[in-house]
Amino acid sequence: MSAPALNAPKTARSGGRTNYEMWSWIFMRVSGIVLVFLVLGHLLIMNVLDGGVQRINFAFVAGRWSSPFWQVWDLLQLWLAMIHGANGLRTIINDYSERDQTRFWLKAALMVATVFTIALGTLVIFTFDPNIS
Amino acid sequence: MPKASVGTLYRGHEGMWTWVAHRITGVAVFFFLLVHVLDTALVRVSPNAYDEVIATYKTPIVNLMEVGLVGAVLFHALNGIRIILVDFWSKGPRLQRQMTWAIMAIWLVLMIPGAYFMLQHTVESLFGSTS
Repeated sequence: MSAPALNAPKTARSGGRTNYEMWSWIFMRVSGIVLVFLVLGHLLIMNVLDGGVQRINFAFVAGRWSSPFWQVWDLLQLWLAMIHGANGLRTIINDYSERDQTRFWLKAALMVATVFTIALGTLVIFTFDPNIS
Repeated sequence: MPKASVGTLYRGHEGMWTWVAHRITGVAVFFFLLVHVLDTALVRVSPNAYDEVIATYKTPIVNLMEVGLVGAVLFHALNGIRIILVDFWSKGPRLQRQMTWAIMAIWLVLMIPGAYFMLQHTVESLFGSTS
């Protein structure tokens, strides 16, 4: 009796997906390290030092955003945290949503919320006016 | 995607619980971030609108929630560093359990003075202060 025929081996999947997931994996680690400094620094300044949240008001924000250093800090923090968080939620949606439709709509909502929030935050940092009445 | 069977045999010990906590803290912080960008955007409306919403951050209950937020971010940051060390440090996988206890200790050491300074004003305003 001859051995059963074997199917030809599957060809390696071509296209970007595998590569995309690798870059996503790398991005989470690189952005994570940067965010450790940006976000923990932000929380330390805003919530812990020198009276913490009690001293925050419009004038405090105006004082900080008069410096390009804090503008760049906040802009980088906004983009990295939003993309890092959105990518984390994408992973969680992929893990737990069982129907294709559910997965699609959850990711669509995530995408809209993420793009909207990054755009709004960026606009606010670039158009901030300390003399607004 | 296969549905998880009832009564899974997976018993993950510390590694499973840090994984669960990493997800929960990550999701919580992400949703706060959406709200936080919205409240900060009020600086484009008027100083008054911004100051009013920031006033809610200074109330006792929200102040307590901020300690929870900082605790969640700090855990996520420390555990993230642990994950990176497991991935890239040659001794990382062997020491992952010890690193779990190490980050817990660091978390506690940082949170005790952190919570003290964050809650100082609230405690004084609630229970009176002569100063």
